Amino acid sequence: MKNVQNGKRAKKNFSPFINSSFFVNFIVIILSIFLLCLSFNFQIVPPILNRGIQPATFPKILLSLIIFLSFVLFFLSLKKPWKKNYKLKFPFYLTVISFILFGIFSKIDFFLGISVLSFFVSYFWGEKRISYLFLVAVLFPIIVFIFFEVILGLRFPQGIITNLYYN
Amino acid sequence: MENLSFLLEPLFNSKLLIVLTFGTIFGLILGVLPGLGPTTGGALILPFTLTLDPLSAVVLLTAIYCAGTYGGAITAILINTPGTPAAAATCLDGYPLAQKGQAGRALGMATVSSVVGGIISVIVLIFFAPFLAQLAYKFGQPEYFALAIFGLTMLASIGEGSPIKNIIAGAFGILLSTFGKDFMTSIDRFTFGINELSEGIGFIPVVVGLFAMSEMLIQSTLLNQVFNRIKLIAIQLPSTKDYKQTWKTILRSSGIGSFIGVLPAEGGTVASLIGYAEAKRWSKEPDKFGKGSIEGIAGAEAANNAATGGAMVPTLALGIPGSATTAVILTGLIIHGVRPGPDLFRDQPEFLYGIFGSMLIANIMFFVIGFFGAKIFARITLVPNRLLWPMIFTISVCGTYSLNQSMLDVFIMLIFGVIGFFMRRYNYSVVPVIIGLILGELIEGTLRQSLVIFDGNWLLFFERPIVLIFFILSVISLFLPLLKKNDRI
Repeated sequence: MKNVQNGKRAKKNFSPFINSSFFVNFIVIILSIFLLCLSFNFQIVPPILNRGIQPATFPKILLSLIIFLSFVLFFLSLKKPWKKNYKLKFPFYLTVISFILFGIFSKIDFFLGISVLSFFVSYFWGEKRISYLFLVAVLFPIIVFIFFEVILGLRFPQGIITNLYYN
Repeated sequence: MENLSFLLEPLFNSKLLIVLTFGTIFGLILGVLPGLGPTTGGALILPFTLTLDPLSAVVLLTAIYCAGTYGGAITAILINTPGTPAAAATCLDGYPLAQKGQAGRALGMATVSSVVGGIISVIVLIFFAPFLAQLAYKFGQPEYFALAIFGLTMLASIGEGSPIKNIIAGAFGILLSTFGKDFMTSIDRFTFGINELSEGIGFIPVVVGLFAMSEMLIQSTLLNQVFNRIKLIAIQLPSTKDYKQTWKTILRSSGIGSFIGVLPAEGGTVASLIGYAEAKRWSKEPDKFGKGSIEGIAGAEAANNAATGGAMVPTLALGIPGSATTAVILTGLIIHGVRPGPDLFRDQPEFLYGIFGSMLIANIMFFVIGFFGAKIFARITLVPNRLLWPMIFTISVCGTYSLNQSMLDVFIMLIFGVIGFFMRRYNYSVVPVIIGLILGELIEGTLRQSLVIFDGNWLLFFERPIVLIFFILSVISLFLPLLKKNDRI
């Protein structure tokens, strides 16, 4: 915080490597290079079928632009004072974990996945009353499921609980 | 004249009136809830529009757009948190005025200026969109390519935040549009061996992920935040003195908002900030701004609502969205088999003028519903996040799944939720990604078709006057931020 107020960087040695701007740009560049490498493996269209440019050319242009601008951003950020982002707290990680849990449980049952996430998020965000947890994790998803099924004629993926409803 | 008669059709169509009423109420609720807004709401309701005819579907989406933009002001004034990003400038004077015990007066001015801004912008839409559509007849593939490029560079220059980050985000959005089978040669690109990805990345999962899911993650970091909610006794219509003080500001901001809206950029958010700044610049009492100036509220609110009609101009006339929400509306049009562009104006005037008329009615409707229901809508903010967000998650997951009945779409939505969170954390706007994604196919398609026309000679782009104008404008808009002495890198 003091560094921001003073407009200075904390340490000269390796400071760019621990600067959050660098970190973000580094990840963007790495991902872009990865995708750029992938684009070199796209099939090449024979000249007789090719219309204008090869299918890989346009993504390559875009990825090169992203890499170039990320480098520009990085060098520009060197001139700026550090700006430290607030630390991510426990509920954030918990919410991300609940996304992953949803992914796992939805393989068993879509409804179960939603219920687990809703319960998990609601409980760890501070709701301890059973009736409200029941409302959020069970009653509301049932209403939404029925609503989507009746109005849109939607068929949800098969699963332990969903099969009970369909059968 | 015959076309103008179609404007009144929604008034005599009970189905459209019901859809409009529902859209207005739903839009107001979305606008009031911080973190949600017309973009997310429109994306979530899109599957349900499949049960409606095309006109009703678009009317529903536009009603949500108009009412949602206004709804953000209620939260901005009462709890100092903008319900939508477009209401950020309203907080600056709305909340201080409410703190002085004049919440009703602040909301009254916000409502009136929003309605006036909205109606003026629809008038601009009615007269300017057909003119632009006529102009579009002169556009070939190279012109459309240049126009789309200009749209993206505008995002960089007048969009929120860093221009370079906006270009990166826009390029990322266009890149996403290249995922899946190449539409010209059917060659797989970035499918990672997943068959379902051959169809490409859907627009709705990305929108819901970037807006709703990322907001859920942001809310998880703000659990201990306490809002000081100001009690609203009753909303008041502005007094004669208030009208005298603000009518010029409202008209000016309405013009600014309509103009900014027409530019393919960030619509309401940028419009409200410029509207607010101009209101302050022209005011006789600029020192009162930030302390509860009624002109500040009028300037910001008239501008952000005026951007709604303005943003519909390029969307309908050219098929190029003027804002993130109009990108959703454009998707709605395409889903229903309506192709925006000059042909739409020639072949289906009753459809278009039905939309224009509905937007006029939606503006009047949110005035009435907002005026009498502001107190009730304000209470929605009392629903705790620990109950609200799991419910929003349920609707988001089901809504995203329902469009293609694909679990991959749901996972894409969650992944983009995380991407959106980190983008926002590191000051990358998510709006350019949405605009880039929707313009991507147009940009690549027109580029490749132009090169076929030009026999691979890129230099021929510069021999077409309209293309040249758009390229010059693009270069100017790219270098404009550099001329301004600011630190928005």
